[in-house]
Amino acid sequence: MPKVNLSTPEVQIREKRINSITGYQGDAQDLVNESLCGLKDKSRSFSQCLGCATSKAACMTILIQDGAVISHGPVGCASCLHEFAFTYRVNSPLRSIENPTQRKIYSTNLQEKDTVYGGSAKLEESIREVYKRTKVNAIFVLTTCAAGIIGDDVDSVCEQAEEELGIPIVAIYCEGFRSRVWTTGFDAAYHGIARKLIAKPRERRNDIINVINFWGSDIFKEWFAPFGAQPNYITPYSTTERLKYSSEAVATVQACSTLGSYLGAVLEQEFGVPEIPAAPPYGIAQTDRWFRALGKSLGKEDVAEEIIAEKKEKYLPQIEALREKLSGKAAYVTAGAAHGHALLDILGELGLEATGAAIFHHDPIYDSGREENDQLAQRVNDYGNVPNFNICNKQEFELVNALNKIRPDILMARHGGMTLWGAKLGIPSLLIGDEHYGMGYEGLVNYGERILETLENDEFVKNLEKHAVNPYTKWWLKQEPHYFLAGGGGK
Amino acid sequence: MSGIIEQERYTCAIGALQSVVAIPKAVPILHSGPGCGDMIQGFFERSTGYAGGSTSPCTNFSEKEVVFGGIDRLRQIITNTYKVLDSDLQVVLTGCTAGIVGDDVDSLVREFQEEGKPIVSVETAGFKASNFEAHSLVVNAIIEQYVSLYEVDNKPKSETETVNLFASIPYQDPFWKGNLAEYKRLLSGIGLKVNVFFGPESGGVAEWQTIPKANFNILVSPWYGKPIVDLLNTRYKQEYTWFPHPPIGANETERFLMQVLTFALEQGANIDEKKALTFIKHESDAYYEEIDNLATFLLEFRYGLPNHTHILHDAGYVVALSKFLLHEVGIVPKEQFIVDNTPEKYQEQIRKELKSTSDKREIPLYFEPDAGKVQDIIRGLNHSGRGIIIGSGWDKELAKEKDYDYLSAAVPSPYRLVLTTNYIGFSGGLRVIEDIYGNVLATYR
Repeated sequence: MPKVNLSTPEVQIREKRINSITGYQGDAQDLVNESLCGLKDKSRSFSQCLGCATSKAACMTILIQDGAVISHGPVGCASCLHEFAFTYRVNSPLRSIENPTQRKIYSTNLQEKDTVYGGSAKLEESIREVYKRTKVNAIFVLTTCAAGIIGDDVDSVCEQAEEELGIPIVAIYCEGFRSRVWTTGFDAAYHGIARKLIAKPRERRNDIINVINFWGSDIFKEWFAPFGAQPNYITPYSTTERLKYSSEAVATVQACSTLGSYLGAVLEQEFGVPEIPAAPPYGIAQTDRWFRALGKSLGKEDVAEEIIAEKKEKYLPQIEALREKLSGKAAYVTAGAAHGHALLDILGELGLEATGAAIFHHDPIYDSGREENDQLAQRVNDYGNVPNFNICNKQEFELVNALNKIRPDILMARHGGMTLWGAKLGIPSLLIGDEHYGMGYEGLVNYGERILETLENDEFVKNLEKHAVNPYTKWWLKQEPHYFLAGGGGK
Repeated sequence: MSGIIEQERYTCAIGALQSVVAIPKAVPILHSGPGCGDMIQGFFERSTGYAGGSTSPCTNFSEKEVVFGGIDRLRQIITNTYKVLDSDLQVVLTGCTAGIVGDDVDSLVREFQEEGKPIVSVETAGFKASNFEAHSLVVNAIIEQYVSLYEVDNKPKSETETVNLFASIPYQDPFWKGNLAEYKRLLSGIGLKVNVFFGPESGGVAEWQTIPKANFNILVSPWYGKPIVDLLNTRYKQEYTWFPHPPIGANETERFLMQVLTFALEQGANIDEKKALTFIKHESDAYYEEIDNLATFLLEFRYGLPNHTHILHDAGYVVALSKFLLHEVGIVPKEQFIVDNTPEKYQEQIRKELKSTSDKREIPLYFEPDAGKVQDIIRGLNHSGRGIIIGSGWDKELAKEKDYDYLSAAVPSPYRLVLTTNYIGFSGGLRVIEDIYGNVLATYR
């Protein structure tokens, strides 16, 4: 089992820590089998713009209510962060934040001379200036490629500033080049937060359950109430105070194991908060397992059984009606790892045929080390194998190629920028941002209705298809999607 | 200025990849870290064009390339780009990683050029320049490494009525597409044939090839883009006429068209001056018919309209909107903020230009790329009457705090969709008016 190590300022990258990969071609069953016995990553001889750890670390820190974020690099490395300021503002009603405050986002604006003489002094001044301006309760410093290569000792600067200012100054090592798996950025943010913000527990609170998630709707309040508990959402919309005592919760659950793998393990191994031994609740089989695991963790198995029975009674007829309408429709999924598996669960449960998937990366095992948390394995067991299962590293050329050949009835996506290609090919495409939307029994109804609606309202994509511009060559569309993946024939 | 920046309103040098995206059928190839393209796409939003965003090839630097250099990886990516993507022009842009490890990208790209590929390289390490500055680097690289190949068939200054226009920076100016189309329409109206290079009104790479043939160049800019007209002056002996900001509304659009007309005649363009003046008069008459109608509303609307404004924008828009709003709308420009990191050597002339707005009032002007600091200054200001803040998406919260009206007119802005709207010209002025009062009236429920 991988072991969390909070003594070093940098988190160990995901491909080393849990053997994550970014290239694979085959089917889901084989991937699950190979994951158990030393999966090997494959490289590509062609690649497109990917995305990096820094923006992933950014979204887990910018949305902390009482913090400020400094990107230590040239201005470009903080370019897209305004999107998280927007997210914070727009989604705040979902989390009952009445007056969302302005997000505090800075760049140290490194110049050429800084790459020669170092940027540490500039960072030092910047931290001081940000504190003067904001008087926040914590400052997060995100590293970038430039800062990483010139070798600024960010950790020391942060330590000194912390002493001077008396608030946590959290160094987060998330340079884009360090890891091929951008979700290492989540781990990096959590690593810094765990080192600097989470305190040793004073007591165990049986009424608090940590939920590691993005900025989805507050469904857990209702779900936890029968257990006599309430959710502590971390880290978006949290506060430094709530993070500090996340160590006192009775358990941790995940909205997406790709996201929370590391933080879940940190809370368990370092602070004694057990992660419940079940993958997130997508699909009936997994939802039942999840509620039972939760009930067991809280010593309230009976409550779990009551909830399951109640939900079955309420939602099964609706789910069955949806199944009748959706049965046999072909769907293709593109998403980051665990949420892609979640979508495949939903499709399986609703009777759609999953004809393929382009998943960004794959974690053979999560940091908890528990096989029960392996959502893809569960999916294969519960609903069967998925053919054309690519680990595509968000490579659009592979997705376009595969979609063009497979031509599913619907494309289900979970990451921006990918639905366009479904639509260009005339395939109804659905992206739902709220990661909680598909959870539980009600989630199946939610999704089923949206899938039906998307299939029904295809006029827009059919029209777009007629006029779509396609930059991909005819030659490329004739190759196999994995042509440029090692062993695929291309060089 | 090189201090800390809160709330970025521009991005780093590699942001100029959007100038490539704006050329029909051109593809940017990034030799950079894996996140650079994503950052730029996220900054501008809805900016993928033909082959930008997730379509752009990228070497996605990993630890290996940082340690051993990334040239072999880049060679592989370029080679395979030709197999995967259809494109007329490829522009290789470098990021910080390539810049710091010192990859010799120029030599590699030369190998492809020698094979006859239409490929160009340009150094755009983020720490070297802003995207305002790098736009010129990209354009000049294309001129020197691509346009230069077509000089034999495109004799310098061989078409007396043709001009090259360098104005809005694609994507950084949210109205670039509409603006370029309107410049083209207006300048065609006075008898010129105009190359605009970017967007659907350009003729793609074929148009770029004819750059030398133009009689002269037009630069519409407070400061950026100057290296382009300087290069063309050296290279093809083309003179240029420089207008200091986007012309918004009738006063400045007339001044702009008259300046170009006069210059064209001096440069020996065979233009029917009378016809050109008739065109300008017609456009102006149509404009004032609207202003006539509008005046009653502006003078009589009883429920409150903004009487003053703070603008946070690049130097061009700050000056242009200040002039326009004061003289043609009746909104008084109070403290103004240029957030584009204008190089110091251009600041004095921009101050002068803004000063020329009015003899009887001083408009305080700040050059401050740290827009967080700007917002703090605005928080401390207090003017009587209803105010409007014109800026980027960042400023919506500030406007709410101050109980001001708000118009989103700068990047980045998740609060507004701009497709082909133009802000320049007579019609652009009218559109600014529509946008301001549309927002104001929408506050009455």
